[in-house]
Amino acid sequence: MHSFGYRANALLTFAVTILALMCAIASLSDNLNTPSPSAQIEILNINWFQKQPHGNDEVSLTLNITADLQSLFTWNTKQLFIFVAAEYETPKNALNQVSLWDAIIPAKEFAKFSIHTSNKYRFIDQGHNLRSKEFNLTLHWHVMPKTGKMFANKIVMSGYRLPEDYR
Amino acid sequence: MIVTSALIIWKALMCITGSESPVVVVLSGSMEPGFKRGDILFLHMSKDPIRAGEIVVFNVDGREIPIVHRVIKVHERQDTGEVEVLTKGDNNYGDDRLLYAQGQLWLKRQHIMGRAVGSGFGAPLAIFGEDLPGPNLALRFLPYVGWVTIIMTEKPIIKYILIGALGLLVITSKD
Repeated sequence: MHSFGYRANALLTFAVTILALMCAIASLSDNLNTPSPSAQIEILNINWFQKQPHGNDEVSLTLNITADLQSLFTWNTKQLFIFVAAEYETPKNALNQVSLWDAIIPAKEFAKFSIHTSNKYRFIDQGHNLRSKEFNLTLHWHVMPKTGKMFANKIVMSGYRLPEDYR
Repeated sequence: MIVTSALIIWKALMCITGSESPVVVVLSGSMEPGFKRGDILFLHMSKDPIRAGEIVVFNVDGREIPIVHRVIKVHERQDTGEVEVLTKGDNNYGDDRLLYAQGQLWLKRQHIMGRAVGSGFGAPLAIFGEDLPGPNLALRFLPYVGWVTIIMTEKPIIKYILIGALGLLVITSKD
């Protein structure tokens, strides 16, 4: 009953239980935070807009992304993963989400920014439906905690439209 | 007795989370700095549609090791609601098409084992800092629990030795 094995087992179980409890409490503390993020995205230029040899439409854009995501950070936040996705509908697909750009924000200081960038990932349709296509640009953020539950949310900006013809 | 209770807890977790493997260990550095090798992830698979930004765990046909990456593209069919998805590791330069099977361009729902909903054990080092020697030592070990799984995957002989030793222990103990 008092052998080394029993004691080591009891100690280890206790330690793991306490640790799990602490992680849970740390995670719950994230719920106390009330964030107020803001963002704007502007399409500065349509660089080119073509139909690929396989028949799929592809467009290249230059974007200006401005955001203030500082209120999302808590003491339990390891990093923020953010990305901008173009979202639109086509006759074949009820929803298309194409990530155009993403970034990792490692700390609160970097969470307020404004950048000019062309799309990091290729904006390719499944088909050739992009001419005159209306689409939303949504800024998504995923709060990755030091421990516990991950939160995600987004700001949807609508009213963007692609040109009528290829360029 | 310990073995059976561990098994019961594991199976219960499988039922609750609806996933074959409710807890996975991160095996590569392709999701750093968010998830490091050895980190433990909690999975959940609900009927909710798969959307861009979610971190999913998937199996490629023909490979046993599951991959934990983020969804960057989603195309959902109007009629069937079926979804085609492209993934990419946060720390990788390119998307996962090179990892998929020959000729495969997209992942479908059947390839996906679960969604990562949270991770564990990174915090204690942040909470305690460098001050407390005793508890700190115990806590430092826990992030590396995942490493046991990595070692067992990379050198399967160790897995067999461990299981053999555990079996011997169960047989010879008086409990």
